[in-house]
Order: sequence, then structure tokens, then C-alpha cells
Amino acid sequence: MVVMPVVDQEKCNGCELCINVCPCRALVLVKNVITVIETKDCGWCIQCEVICPSGAITCPYEIVIEETH
Amino acid sequence: MAIEVEFLKSIPYFSGLSLTELDAIKQFVFEKTAERGELILLEGESAGVFFFVASGAVKVFKTSAEGKEQILNIVRPGESFNEVPIFDDGTNPSSAQAMGPVVLYGVRKDSLQSILRDYPQIALNIIKVLAEQVRQLVSLVEDLSFRHVIGRVAKILLEYTGDETALRPRLTQQEMAAMAGTAREVVGRSLKALEEEGVLRFDRHRIVITDKKALQKMVEASL
Ligand code: SF4
Ligand code: SF4
Repeated sequence: MVVMPVVDQEKCNGCELCINVCPCRALVLVKNVITVIETKDCGWCIQCEVICPSGAITCPYEIVIEETH
Repeated sequence: MAIEVEFLKSIPYFSGLSLTELDAIKQFVFEKTAERGELILLEGESAGVFFFVASGAVKVFKTSAEGKEQILNIVRPGESFNEVPIFDDGTNPSSAQAMGPVVLYGVRKDSLQSILRDYPQIALNIIKVLAEQVRQLVSLVEDLSFRHVIGRVAKILLEYTGDETALRPRLTQQEMAAMAGTAREVVGRSLKALEEEGVLRFDRHRIVITDKKALQKMVEASL
């Protein structure tokens, strides 16, 4: 399973701006709302989150500490 | 694709004009397309033109001497960019790049002068749009007192670190920005600065803290 950006389909207005800016074709419009397709090509550039005018798509980070010793 | 009057009507610049008037204005507007990543304007050059975004999105930014980029604005459909040189005869204050495939409606300086001569009532619309842009830039300037933000971002990172066992809370840059009381863009910059300092690294959807002590020091220094 590939972790992908999260879509709140309730908030999505189908404007397709995220599709426009996404460099990897991970986003498609199905019945006027965005659906995310799992792909390793998504490099978490967060452009989709930045461009979405309705806050419907987000790219949350896990914050972890690297145990070196 | 022809210039669409319906679209012009939806632009704040032209609000209050009739379809017939917009049809006349149409002749002063030209269409331009750009591919993802294409530079539309270069800072310091004289383009003598400003643009409305008809579809897609445009990033307006400045580049420092060291090649660092500062995003000033993301321009969405219906919004405009690069009008400053139209009014002050200077060069483009910033560069603009297509974030994906975009369709732009361009207006040259002399065309805008003709439009303003024929439809002086839109001057008030333009002032309103420019005032909004000034307000947005002022709030960015406020946020870019960035050195104080980095300590706050460091604190958030430490507070939201999950351990191997616990379910890790996940945070967007937008959420970190809300917590730090700043703009998303400033958080992005802070994280990049921390990455450059070797304190953390990005692993796709993970922020991996590689030097927890350094991060703690930053938090202490900011208190
Ligand atoms: S993070 Fe980037 S690559 Fe991934 S879905 Fe969003 S825009 Fe596409
Ligand atoms: S940019 Fe946001 S609102 Fe527009 S289609 Fe994408 S998720 Fe939906």
C-alpha cells in the first residue's frame, strides 16, 4: 500500500486544479469529485494541497525520529 | 480557443460591465498557453503585459542571488498577475511559472489604456484588486519575519513526533502553519532550512528528524 494524499470528497468542488498541477497523474475526477490513485510516482510535492481552493486535498506528514544510536 | 466573454464577466476586474461592453473589450485580450513548468515572465524584464489566469494555476515568485525561491502568490482562475509594470512603467517585479498546463488571457499596456479610456468605471475595480494584492503581500511580509517561526516549527515537530508503537499523528504544512501562526509558505521554508542544516530529512510523506538535540536547542533559543 502506498500512502497517498487525503481527499475530503465533501469539500471537493470538482474544479480540477489539483489535476492540473499534479506531476504524476495520481488524481482523477470521478463523478465530479477527486479520487486518488495509489502510485509511487507521487513524490509528496504537496502542490495539490497548495493549489486546492477548498482545502479538500491534504498531504499530511508523519513525523518520526531517526534512532541512530 | 476564443476569448470567452462569459469568463471575462466572472473576473473582478470587469465586474459591472455588460456583455456587449465585454464583447468590445475582448478585442484587447489575447490568449496564451503555457506548459507545466514553463516560465511566463522573468523578474527584471520588461514584458509590458499582465495576465488573467483562465484555467490552471501560476506561481509568482522571486529568486535570490543564491537561487532560493520565495513564492509570493499562487494565482488561480479569475485572478491576475504582473499589473505593477503596467502602471509604473518598471520591469516585472517577479517571475511567473505555470504550475500545470495553463491558459492565460493577456492584456498589453496600451490595450489597458484604451480599455480604461472607454470604460473608466473599471478603474475602481482595478484599485480594489490591487488593494487586495497589497494586503496579501503585507501579510506575507509579516510572516517572513521567519527567524522567529523556525523555533515554533521545531517545537511543533518535537511535540508531534510519534514513537514506533503509538499511532503517529499526521500533520500537514497547513496545520503546522496554523499552529505556528504563520503562512504555509513560511513553514515550507522553515522545513527546507532545517533540512539544509541537516536537522531533518524528507522521506516522501515522512519528516525524519535526524538531529533531535539540535531541534531542541532551536526551541530553547526561541523561548
Ligand atoms: S503530492 Fe504532488 S505528486 Fe502527489 S498527488 Fe499531490 S500533486 Fe500529485
Ligand atoms: S483542487 Fe480541491 S476542490 Fe478542486 S478538484 Fe482538486 S480536490 Fe477538488
